[in-house]
Amino acid sequence: MSATTRAPEAGEAHGAPERMIGARIERREDYRLLTGHGKFLDDLEMPADTCEAAFLRSPHGHARILGIDTSAALDVPGVLGVFTGEDVQPMMKPLPAKVAHPDLQDIARLPMALDAVHYVGEPVAVVIAVSRYIAEDAADLIEVDYEPLPAISSTAAALAPGAPLAHEGARDNIAVHVTQRAGDPEAAFAAAPHVLSETFTVVRGGGHSMECRAVAARFDTVTGQLVVWDSTQAPHYARNALANLYDMPEDDIRLIAPPDVGGGFGPKAQFYGEEAVIPWVAMQLRKPVKWIEDRRENFMSAMMERTQVHRIQVAFDDDGKLIALKDVFEHDQGAYVAGLQVPMITLTTVPGQYKIPNIHTELYSCFTNMVPTSSVRGAGRPQAVAAMERMMDRVAEYLHMDPAEIRRRNLIQADEFPYKVGLIFRDGSPLTYDSGNYPEVLEGTLARLDYESWRARQASLRAEGRHIGIGIACYVEGCGLGPYEGAKVRLTNSGEILVTLAAAPQGQGYETVYAQIAADALGLDMKYIRVTTGDTGRIPFGQGTFASRITATCGPAVLQASQEMRDRIFSTAAVMLKVEGKNFVFRDNRVTLADDETASVTLQQITQVANVGKHGITMLRGVRAGLETQAYFSPERAAYASGAHAVVVEVDPETGKTEILKYVIGHDCGTVINPLLVDGQVLGGFAAGIGNAMYEEQFYDAAAQPLTTSYLDFSLPSSVEVPPVELFHVQSPSPLNPLGAKGAGEGGTIPAPAAIANAVEDALRPLGARINEMPVTPPKIVGAITRARS
Amino acid sequence: MEHDVLDGTETADRAGARVVNLTVNGERRGGLAPVRMTLADFLRHELGLTGTHLGCEHGVCGACTVIMDGAAVRSCLLLAVQADGATIETIEGLAPGREGGTGSEDGQDDELGPLQQAFHRNHALQCGFCTGGFLMSVTAALRDAPVETDDEAREVLSGNICRCTGYAGMIRAVRETSDEIYGPGLDGTARNGANS
Repeated sequence: MSATTRAPEAGEAHGAPERMIGARIERREDYRLLTGHGKFLDDLEMPADTCEAAFLRSPHGHARILGIDTSAALDVPGVLGVFTGEDVQPMMKPLPAKVAHPDLQDIARLPMALDAVHYVGEPVAVVIAVSRYIAEDAADLIEVDYEPLPAISSTAAALAPGAPLAHEGARDNIAVHVTQRAGDPEAAFAAAPHVLSETFTVVRGGGHSMECRAVAARFDTVTGQLVVWDSTQAPHYARNALANLYDMPEDDIRLIAPPDVGGGFGPKAQFYGEEAVIPWVAMQLRKPVKWIEDRRENFMSAMMERTQVHRIQVAFDDDGKLIALKDVFEHDQGAYVAGLQVPMITLTTVPGQYKIPNIHTELYSCFTNMVPTSSVRGAGRPQAVAAMERMMDRVAEYLHMDPAEIRRRNLIQADEFPYKVGLIFRDGSPLTYDSGNYPEVLEGTLARLDYESWRARQASLRAEGRHIGIGIACYVEGCGLGPYEGAKVRLTNSGEILVTLAAAPQGQGYETVYAQIAADALGLDMKYIRVTTGDTGRIPFGQGTFASRITATCGPAVLQASQEMRDRIFSTAAVMLKVEGKNFVFRDNRVTLADDETASVTLQQITQVANVGKHGITMLRGVRAGLETQAYFSPERAAYASGAHAVVVEVDPETGKTEILKYVIGHDCGTVINPLLVDGQVLGGFAAGIGNAMYEEQFYDAAAQPLTTSYLDFSLPSSVEVPPVELFHVQSPSPLNPLGAKGAGEGGTIPAPAAIANAVEDALRPLGARINEMPVTPPKIVGAITRARS
Repeated sequence: MEHDVLDGTETADRAGARVVNLTVNGERRGGLAPVRMTLADFLRHELGLTGTHLGCEHGVCGACTVIMDGAAVRSCLLLAVQADGATIETIEGLAPGREGGTGSEDGQDDELGPLQQAFHRNHALQCGFCTGGFLMSVTAALRDAPVETDDEAREVLSGNICRCTGYAGMIRAVRETSDEIYGPGLDGTARNGANS
């Protein structure tokens, strides 16, 4: 480990508690969750007069709204109100794109539809009633007069000459067109000895957190404070959006992500119209209101990732060294731009781990009449990796070279960091890989797979008519994104250390991980440290949990605030013990002199002096009042996690069934804070990757009607589909933060579609089948074989 | 529950409600359920047993699994009135849990049952939303028979969906718990669902 990842010095030579950073600590959160006492939003005990909401949603991909009649709904006993877009006009403002671009075509995304709808599932009205059952009854009685319009259901349809417009009055169906370049790609392609081209279509599913979205709100007429509970990944982002919509000071809105949020995976990091409507309606009705999204709504109206089409071209020499890369891709942005983060990440993730002097990547982000797209675990990276890594296999095939060897020849080497790719990342900074050891990870992955012996077996099994394939995929993951994340540390009146994070967890174990980091920084046993999360009323500034960013941003903030707290506590103890220039350590919850344990004060005594005080009595001179510290860490730029996946599959060409025989993941997320939890992140991400690679695909018909709106139509992997996997870590600490941490949330997911598709095509190589569409499902495999034969 | 007297705020829905009596986690519990109310909603909102969660409301994800008269069932696919007179077990009955507990550091692990402890040890839960359903499915399965291989553990777990963990920790937890109850499985000691 490098010096940047050393534990703070507190008590190092004094037998202080064992180092917590790097320790395999079981989670504190588990107890309540294992006993049914979790605090998910719909588990919270709301006031008895809390009403429930049901949204009426558009049944059309694209239509004008000619009129809405809510009278029958309002007549239903138990209904308190019905609100259409017109009715919430006072707070209607366009919801800004999370990530924008100067050239973005401006199409307003409103909290609820006004005079037109642009995707199936778009909120049109909301019914508030004494129960969800009655609210749904009433929503069925709302009469909406629609005039259907032609709908766009793919990027191909969006870009076709003379295509109808996804939005009436729009310039065209292109949301934004962005090109990034490095070197001189035209000249390089013109001069290159070999050029290969291909088109790959990559479909990604939704987040499918097991808890759907949920919002509840209560307006306190006495204090004027609006309290909102929101199962969001980004409480401060949502709070700021509400303050803007309602023209309220941010302090008058307290937005709380409950301690337990049932998964996020990206879609819950976005801000939705429903989140704007529910608190506003609660203020109008002067009643607490709760909306719990059901799964059908989630399928139709929670953002997802959907389709990219990549037209990729690579130039290389006789030795397989890459000379140039060109990737022009279409991204299905959906009906509105909630954010450009996904395609902007794709734009810079294509070159991956390889040294490529000349690069051209080009994005056409298209408006379609489907639910807007958002990040989903991986966030635009799996598509980029699929395009690049599929081409690496094609180059190997073309040169009759081993796919592992072609990668070896092009990898950025361990001594070449920091490595500048020549593009600009989504965070606005030059795309610079901070650290890594790509060859070590790749070789370790291949060795654990037993790569060479599988290659030998593949040949002999082929002779027996069996279709064994080996797939490799390498990736980089820009993570730990800015702008900042923060933490407060306080010595409470009861003498415990309270760490308050702005960030909100969805299962990542923040209550455990950040207590570990604080314990090391303080030199104090974890049992005296408590962590609380995700409440804008407790800490004013924050960004949210997304882009595998929290360990690398919030972690250093906790480290710094805890180090300052240690210094503050020790200097208070020095005054109380009347000693100067001495070293202190913690023994249990006492502060003692390092060389004399008989001189000590407890945290309880310290808080009595520095925080609680005695009313009207002069404070002990030399003590600084108020033991609370805070820190905001702002990384200079994104850190880059990396890794490699390798897989052996067997394919049945008759049925298209793919069986995974062996899977190995090599993973480098810098410093591992808690191996138990990091492994959990990678293995969980891997399951999502398997779903992405082989199962999860939503379908829309030509009129942009969603055809997959239940788990009977849309396959999520169960324990039977997720194979055993061997996982190992290489730790290349990031120099960009004092923990050396990078993100671990998405590396299990990102290269899985590429690795599986590479393996399946490798298995079918004797048949000449081309696997150009992902996920790789049995019908696509059989189709590819049929096309190859004909 | 004070639902035997209807007041002015009650709706037509509520007025058509029936009394439903259950034995839940060993206790006699009763409440008033509109005829169309699901068992899941009745447990959660009428009886306050919010550890049973709803992930899909169409019987696929398994988050709402409870044990009814000895069998694991989807409480989202049953009406509360169908369960009248039944004996129900939910996650709240697996251990005498205490709200706000902080886990092993307070020695509270001792209060967890063997399966719950194995889930904790093996990091078999992350967000925890689906966990109740998994615990109830596995509890019912382990009463029937031992789980002697990883493949059998996968089968036992395959009726529920978890989106966070990748199942590896759960497979280990099921094997270890089975071994604890029945002795080691066919392939000796519990193997890892994943090596890490």
